[in-house]
Amino acid sequence: MTAPRDGIGAPGGEAVLVRLRGVTKHFDVSPPLLARLLEGRRRQVLKAVDGLDLDVARGRTTALVGESGCGKSTVARLLVTLYRPTAGDMIFEGVDIGRLRDRRALAPLRRRMQMIFQDPFASLNPRWRVGRIIAEPIRAHGLLDDPAAIRRRVAELLEHVGLRAADAERFPHEFSGGQRQRISIARGLASSPHFLVCDEPTSALDVSVQAQILNLLRDLQRDLGLTYLVISHDLAVVRFMADTIGVMYLGRLCEVAPADLLFARPRHPYTRLLMETVPDLRRPDRDRQPLAGEVPSPLDPPPGCAFHTRCPLADDRCRQERPGLRDDGAGQVACHAVEEGRLPAWRGAGMPGG
Amino acid sequence: MAGQPLLTVRDLVVEFPTRRGALRVVDGVSLDIAPGEVLGVVGESGAGKSQTGAAIIGLLEPPGRIAGGAVHLEGQRLDTLSGEQWRRVRGRRIGAVFQDPLTSLNPLYTVGRQLTETIRTHLDMTEAQARARARALLGEVGIPAAGERLDAYPHQFSGGMRQRVVIALALCANPRLIIADEPTTALDVSIQAQITALLKRLCRDHGTAVMLITHDMGVIAETADRVAVMYAGRLVETGPVDAVVNRPLHPYTEGLMACIPTMHDRPPRLAQIEGAMPAPRAMPPGCAFHPRCPLAMEPCVSMRPPMVARPPSAAACWVRAPEPEPVS
Amino acid sequence: MSHPRGQPKAGEPGAPFVVPDPGARKGQGPLGVLARAWDSDIAYAFRRSPVTVVAAVVAVLLVGASLMAPLIAPTDPFALETVDLMAAFTPPLWMEGGDPAFPLGADSQGRDLLSAILYGMRISLAVGAASVVFAMLLGVGLGLLAGYAGGWVDAVIMRVADVQLSFPAILIALLVDGVARGLLPREMHHDMAMFVIIFAIGVSGWVQYARTVRGSTMVEKNREYVMAAHIMGVHPWVIAVRHVLPNVMGPVLVIATIHLAVAVITEATLSFLGVGLPPTEPSLGTLIRIGNDFLFSGEWWITIFPGLALVLLVLSVNLLGDWLRDALNPKLR
Repeated sequence: MTAPRDGIGAPGGEAVLVRLRGVTKHFDVSPPLLARLLEGRRRQVLKAVDGLDLDVARGRTTALVGESGCGKSTVARLLVTLYRPTAGDMIFEGVDIGRLRDRRALAPLRRRMQMIFQDPFASLNPRWRVGRIIAEPIRAHGLLDDPAAIRRRVAELLEHVGLRAADAERFPHEFSGGQRQRISIARGLASSPHFLVCDEPTSALDVSVQAQILNLLRDLQRDLGLTYLVISHDLAVVRFMADTIGVMYLGRLCEVAPADLLFARPRHPYTRLLMETVPDLRRPDRDRQPLAGEVPSPLDPPPGCAFHTRCPLADDRCRQERPGLRDDGAGQVACHAVEEGRLPAWRGAGMPGG
Repeated sequence: MAGQPLLTVRDLVVEFPTRRGALRVVDGVSLDIAPGEVLGVVGESGAGKSQTGAAIIGLLEPPGRIAGGAVHLEGQRLDTLSGEQWRRVRGRRIGAVFQDPLTSLNPLYTVGRQLTETIRTHLDMTEAQARARARALLGEVGIPAAGERLDAYPHQFSGGMRQRVVIALALCANPRLIIADEPTTALDVSIQAQITALLKRLCRDHGTAVMLITHDMGVIAETADRVAVMYAGRLVETGPVDAVVNRPLHPYTEGLMACIPTMHDRPPRLAQIEGAMPAPRAMPPGCAFHPRCPLAMEPCVSMRPPMVARPPSAAACWVRAPEPEPVS
Repeated sequence: MSHPRGQPKAGEPGAPFVVPDPGARKGQGPLGVLARAWDSDIAYAFRRSPVTVVAAVVAVLLVGASLMAPLIAPTDPFALETVDLMAAFTPPLWMEGGDPAFPLGADSQGRDLLSAILYGMRISLAVGAASVVFAMLLGVGLGLLAGYAGGWVDAVIMRVADVQLSFPAILIALLVDGVARGLLPREMHHDMAMFVIIFAIGVSGWVQYARTVRGSTMVEKNREYVMAAHIMGVHPWVIAVRHVLPNVMGPVLVIATIHLAVAVITEATLSFLGVGLPPTEPSLGTLIRIGNDFLFSGEWWITIFPGLALVLLVLSVNLLGDWLRDALNPKLR
């Protein structure tokens, strides 16, 4: 696999900032040793992320979408070094950050990546003033020493995200959810990173505030040339933000494609399911017959293609053989039906009877 | 709407007394729900939509209280009922479905026991009859192998299945109205669609009316017949769902619809409403939306606009619905 | 969307944002600080609870009086030259044979009981406060370590805590006290008595701090602001001290207040049993023990008045602690 395709959606030629190859994260969720010995319960491993290949293009927005438990937030946390991968390579600016163990060796890389969190009520230390919160990355990385210079930088950052310099003196609880998310973004920008991981950046916010934050994120990307990885369950948010989209299901990617192409012609049956079931304000489908079935437990994923239990196209091969992500020039899909040409034509989401 | 409304709410006021004076979280809301109708109530968090629902079903969290107005269900006044009288109405004639299914279910009892107990509280049935009804209800809300699942505990169900159980519980006594407060918010998108479709089907089959409280305009657009938009504790617009979504009257509704991103295009920017909704403590005079309103004029700043009918909708806005014809 | 994870302020159900409180930034400077403190929710809850106000007044009076004992006590009970054996067993002022020089009577040595109580309360409070500080440092430190490090460190610390919790605190204190006396040379017993007892009471009380702090630490360390600091590469121990510690200290203050009452009682018990402070540095417990010998010979005041002082002190501090716990618990508001 190479950098995103030329042509549709994501113009080619740009450098890859982050390259993930076979990235895997397993969590040991076994019952305690005593329970295993006495009650004969088995070790259990949660395969949160299972062999993920993804390229994040510099200066662009790549998004991961999926339902809860699909592993998208784990990918975000792996990338910002909160977790260590069980296997695989995570190349950021030419360095495999998954293998670096030394805090000092990681520091210069950490300065260039930051994360915006979902919950603006939990992402700011309630006992710190806003100025100290925003200055934390500056101090942690030793970027400025002079208190006056730090204050000036904080004021500049606050104004950049649409707040006032005087807000540095206030505490987080004095702000609304949207304003707190702006503070969180200002902190994220403080060490002048090129890479921002946004984990559900607006899912705790109201729609009118969501629009403000999404616009701000896009403005910042344009002004500062930032690279984003956006994690979201909301297809409409992803549509607005992303150049390239990866759809995840039970720890694996089922489809990666340039955004315009993905929305115009989704190919993986799961991508189609998502697009068909999201209620759309502009094209409501009032007679929708939703597909039955639920997401299987990630502790016990189905064999073969993980989606086969809900897939209308599943056959014996899908139940036994796990499909790999195949690149066919218009994006990558992991689906036997696509490979075999069994996929029906896409009639469009939200179309009557669609 | 033809015929008598099932539920009428007139000038409902809900207050939370605090030491700095009462906080008015619902301020003069009037609504009607016809039998079998799905009324969507939308608004952002803090708009008072959940408090309106809680007041109607008599489940306001203390110290919150109804400080004014009246609620009638089929001609019977509800807001003045005592606790004991309330228990006979709640469950029997109004059912409730909340966001988190776990809070509505007792983790220590099997689903079957909770259903049969609720059924026998409200309906004159033997244990065997109640159990048969419980099984039928579980089947009706789409739980496979309903007979066996009766003996399962709530934690043995997935989130979506649990919400189905809660809906079955709300349906136990065949109520005329169900208040559903964010019934799909805690669920994944593919499950959300199943639950809204279920609510719609039950509503049609039983003639049950639903008050669907949600922040998600997409869900409203696909589920509701009419919609009521709330802002800062007040009703700003009501009307048929298609009219409110596509031809909004109130500038707030208009702004709200415009700032919702869609899957179908990628504009360079989203429309946005500047600022944030005022808190009940800092309510501006006049129209509550005027500080954020691009159309605000002189009367908006000083006088609170009444609800004025602009068929097919009605709105409270001096600019868009200026005629002094209060809706009856 | 309307499922903000943050807790809306009480009384503002569902409000996603908290308005800047109009009273919150009224003034600067010391007067402004006072005005803001008076206006705060906790001060309001305080003013609304008459029992708490009374308890606070009593506690402040007792603590103030014991702090100023050298200034307000009629005599210095430790100054041997002022002690008049002839005055021994003088009854309280209002009884027959009372003497205005001994308002609450005198003890078997002829010392003024009021002065002895004031000085004794001073010693009791000093020992109690020092044990609380010691237990708090130990408990908060170990709890933070256990909760933040997790794994085997956590397992070891918390198992020790569990074992200790299965013994009554007074037993632990007795044990520590006994061991310390056994280890220290005899001639040091007298000088070290106070430190031994502080150590004994402190060691017997750290578990509650550790458990509480560990619990809140495990919640806080998974909060996003802690993750944010991790991503910046801030050293884990710096995160633990700067981010986590300030956010887990609220309940600790409540425990400390209630523990102060417990520590004063424990010290009194130990002194009453004769393993606490020596009669040359009499705490309230020592006074009660000395007086106990005369209770049945009619000189009841020698033991009853120190006892009353102890009850008042402990009760008022305890009531304050209980109120503080309820006032800081959003679920009970």
